[in-house]
Amino acid sequence: MTNLPLWADLLISFVIVLGASFAFIGSLGLLRLPDFMARLHAPTKSTTLGVGGVIIGSMLYFSITDSLSLHELLIAIFLFLTAPISAHLLAKAGLHLELELTRNTQDLRKKPEQYSDKDS
Amino acid sequence: MLVYALQIAFGLFGLSLLMNIIRLIRGPDLPDRILALDTIYINSLALLILLGIWHNTAFYFEAALLIAMLGFIGTVAAAKFLLRGDIIE
Amino acid sequence: MSKFIPAPWWSLFLLGFWLLLQNKVSFGTLLLGLILAILIPMYTLRARDYRTTLHKPLLAVQYFFILLADIIVSNFNIAAIILTPRKRIQPALIEFPLDISGSVPITILASTISLTPGTISAELGRDGRSLLIHGLNVQDPEATVQQIKHRYERRLKEIFQC
Repeated sequence: MTNLPLWADLLISFVIVLGASFAFIGSLGLLRLPDFMARLHAPTKSTTLGVGGVIIGSMLYFSITDSLSLHELLIAIFLFLTAPISAHLLAKAGLHLELELTRNTQDLRKKPEQYSDKDS
Repeated sequence: MLVYALQIAFGLFGLSLLMNIIRLIRGPDLPDRILALDTIYINSLALLILLGIWHNTAFYFEAALLIAMLGFIGTVAAAKFLLRGDIIE
Repeated sequence: MSKFIPAPWWSLFLLGFWLLLQNKVSFGTLLLGLILAILIPMYTLRARDYRTTLHKPLLAVQYFFILLADIIVSNFNIAAIILTPRKRIQPALIEFPLDISGSVPITILASTISLTPGTISAELGRDGRSLLIHGLNVQDPEATVQQIKHRYERRLKEIFQC
């Protein structure tokens, strides 16, 4: 590591710790939420900001110490586009296997057969 | 300051990976395990980016990008397999 | 013009992607990027089975920034739910009737729902007229549906005119 000006040092440290905390909270949610559909919420949402914070930190660090560096944005864009898709597919799989939901889940489907892919 | 921030971040990501592995082992169903694997690859690519800052090199970037792409394809393939019992229709 | 650049937004995206991947702007990278950004859409356009035109580009940019702000709110929201000890959450499966049509707008709406506070899109109805949404902590399902309609669907309808 090279020496940084004080403001850059503080700023990069802040975004990195913020990102790491969100990733940690997301994983904690994965561990302790009650059913599969609820667990799906935690990683999909918090990884975008968690990895995003780390990526912003990396972009700032390499832009300040070396020349302008934006290629880390590619990872952020890629995760931003793919996180909802993998969440959607996993939710589909969870519904298809009819995993158990927690007791207080309200099921407001009026026409459940619309959403099952079993042949009627 | 950045040294301490990086060490804290390494610690937090390490704990996250540990919790993901607990979920991977405990299950209880296959989608839970796929979700845990998905979270593991995202956490490890963030860890790789942090390692790049630590060693002051941009070489880890390509590895992180590859993990992001292959991990997504792996998750989609596994979810598709659960849905259809078949990956390529 | 339209014969050589059939999909201008896509070409622009490819050029930006190429420059980011190279991580520097010089004459050589720009030239090769331009050639790729023109050739790839020309040769693969026939493989696309959907046509979408962006009617209001400025609104799309505004939509992107609204989405970015909502993702940050969503993260704090979920962190609060996870960190509060033994809070009773009220999950719900909600049907969301769609007003928009076309595969690209529906995909964008479903992704938006997954990234914004408290909701995940789980399934598209067989007839393509409704989405199944899973909410993590829903007190009033009707209000959730109305909020999504007002905040995102209305804007998407305006952007894509569908």
